[in-house]
Amino acid sequence: MTLAELQLALPEIFVLSMACVVLMADLFISDQRRGLTHLLACATLVFAIIITLNLRVAPGEVFFAFSETFIRDRFGDVLKLFSYLVLLAVFVYSKHYLRQFNLFKGEFYSLSLFALLGVMIMISASSMLTLYLGLELLSLSTYALVALNRNSMIGSEAAMKYFILGSLASGILLYGMSLIYGATGTLELAAISEGLTMAAGESLLVSFGLVFIVVGIAFKLGAVPFHMWIPDVYHGAPLAITLFIGSLPKLAGLALAIRMLDNGLGGLHGDWQGMLLVLAGLSLVLGNFAAIAQTNIKRMLAYSTIAHMGFMMLGILAGTPEGYAAAMFYAIVYSIMAAGAFAMVILLSRAGVEAENLDDFKGLARRSPWFAFMMLMIMFSLAGVPVFVGFFAKWQVIAAVLQAGFVWMAVLAVLTAVVGAFYYIRVVKLMYFDEPESDEPITAPVDFRAVLTVNGLAMLGLGLFSGALITLCVNAFAA
Amino acid sequence: MPLTEIVFYLFGGILILAALSVVTVRNPVFAALFLVLAFFSAACIWLLLEAEFLAIVLVLVYVGAVMVLFLFVVMMLDINVAPLKEGFMRYLPVGVLVALAMAVQMFLVFWTRGSADQPMPDPRPEGYSHTRELGEALFIDYLYPFEIAAVILLVAIIAAITLTHRRRPDTKYQDPAKQVQVRREERVRLVKMKSEGGES
Repeated sequence: MTLAELQLALPEIFVLSMACVVLMADLFISDQRRGLTHLLACATLVFAIIITLNLRVAPGEVFFAFSETFIRDRFGDVLKLFSYLVLLAVFVYSKHYLRQFNLFKGEFYSLSLFALLGVMIMISASSMLTLYLGLELLSLSTYALVALNRNSMIGSEAAMKYFILGSLASGILLYGMSLIYGATGTLELAAISEGLTMAAGESLLVSFGLVFIVVGIAFKLGAVPFHMWIPDVYHGAPLAITLFIGSLPKLAGLALAIRMLDNGLGGLHGDWQGMLLVLAGLSLVLGNFAAIAQTNIKRMLAYSTIAHMGFMMLGILAGTPEGYAAAMFYAIVYSIMAAGAFAMVILLSRAGVEAENLDDFKGLARRSPWFAFMMLMIMFSLAGVPVFVGFFAKWQVIAAVLQAGFVWMAVLAVLTAVVGAFYYIRVVKLMYFDEPESDEPITAPVDFRAVLTVNGLAMLGLGLFSGALITLCVNAFAA
Repeated sequence: MPLTEIVFYLFGGILILAALSVVTVRNPVFAALFLVLAFFSAACIWLLLEAEFLAIVLVLVYVGAVMVLFLFVVMMLDINVAPLKEGFMRYLPVGVLVALAMAVQMFLVFWTRGSADQPMPDPRPEGYSHTRELGEALFIDYLYPFEIAAVILLVAIIAAITLTHRRRPDTKYQDPAKQVQVRREERVRLVKMKSEGGES
């Protein structure tokens, strides 16, 4: 181990140290001063952004460290930067909610930072071992976060379901990894890729391993038919935690899929493409149709996540650098949109009552025209209305699928997107054309409103200047 | 008979006797102590196989930590073993079945692999250290995963404490600082009463 190796992993080391600092410092901070923990956690993210930007690697450059278990490349750097930004927004949004629901505890911040570390480890994994350990770090932290409100029955139920199904998925994934290890005799993703092409012709061992790995990834992404946990967990978890699990882990899911399927099992692209086609098709159909029937906005957004993960998989299954770039663009855009959507639900919540029903959005335009407009932009973006960034994300993945030669899949994606537009635009209709049920003023701290405004305007801004973000993603996969 | 074989049979015999005693003695404290003896004998056999690191870890971790904890629990809980042994006859057939199945499996392994013609591994060169090899694997080759595993354990601790530790407002606890600061006026009240006119 050399100093250069440590420098490559400096962002991870910094986040780990700061997570421990936040954990310890919080013990000495009284309940009235809990805001300090919040500030410390936010400062950590800001410094992490600075460190990663300063040490960023050029497109096409790849560095390995720690006996090839750690990889530093452009893809990882870009994804990490967006992870920090998303988590920063999550922190600002959740403070308001946690205060109101009496959950404002230091553990939220330390566990979230550890989850971020897990995401970073997955993004920078170049061995199946680190990939799995990063996933476990992320999962363990989120299980605990879901159960943060111990007095809520439905929260505990959600945490239990999440824990059991999550462990099952991890087990399946690990089993697949062990089979691949058995077939190739190595844990390093690059070496596996080589070993598989040399082996030529598939052994039963490899096909079994591949199936288990794809199922494990599908579980973690929440693709149909492995999506059962998503609606219950989104619904049961406290809103701030739903906001967290709805945004940041999507970036980790993308990293898991690309590192494992492309870097590791790229040689078997023809085999996993078919599996992903089925998963993506089912997710698109079930996610969009089931979301229509929901009256609870948390559940509606949960089913919409399933559909969006289907879209993201379309980019991955193309198996080309353009396809991966499209999937990456989609994941980044989706995590920003999801953060904004859940933040709106937080904005409407009042002390002790989550505004989780669609009816709570009735007449929002009259109560707060500005934030109704923000919600309108987020919903239009989720639906994929042109000019908004969500449209470009959908366009990119559909273009990738067309290039891969699956015209029927592209048609199905467009059709389900049209179905999906119905329930997003229904929210807009409720906000603008229905009478408000209460005339309580909408209040929120200034930082909350500022970040939400930036988040909402980003839908339009990123849409107008989508070229820059797309170039960033394409460069990440430049050889 | 060479010395190694004598040592092997000696410790092997002690191990089997100790293991049998664990399940047969009536006193749970004795059972725990016999388990310590069994672990120790197993460690000696490992030492005989040149696996010194495993032997040390077995003694340090199992004998030193796990079994001591076990003994504490057994002594503190004062378990009555008699009711636990009541169902012995009832479960005997199932137990015998499982034992038989295991015996058959072991027999099949030895039968297909053959036990006598397995070549002895070459003895390690002088100065070879398992501890060093393991240390190099853990702290050089797998340093990064090893550290991540440590962080996962830390998160597990935080999660467990977050989910179980709560301060109930109705629990009664002492605050020594307050106890020390207490003043006479807060505890003793002098009540002036008229005397009731003596005995008469």
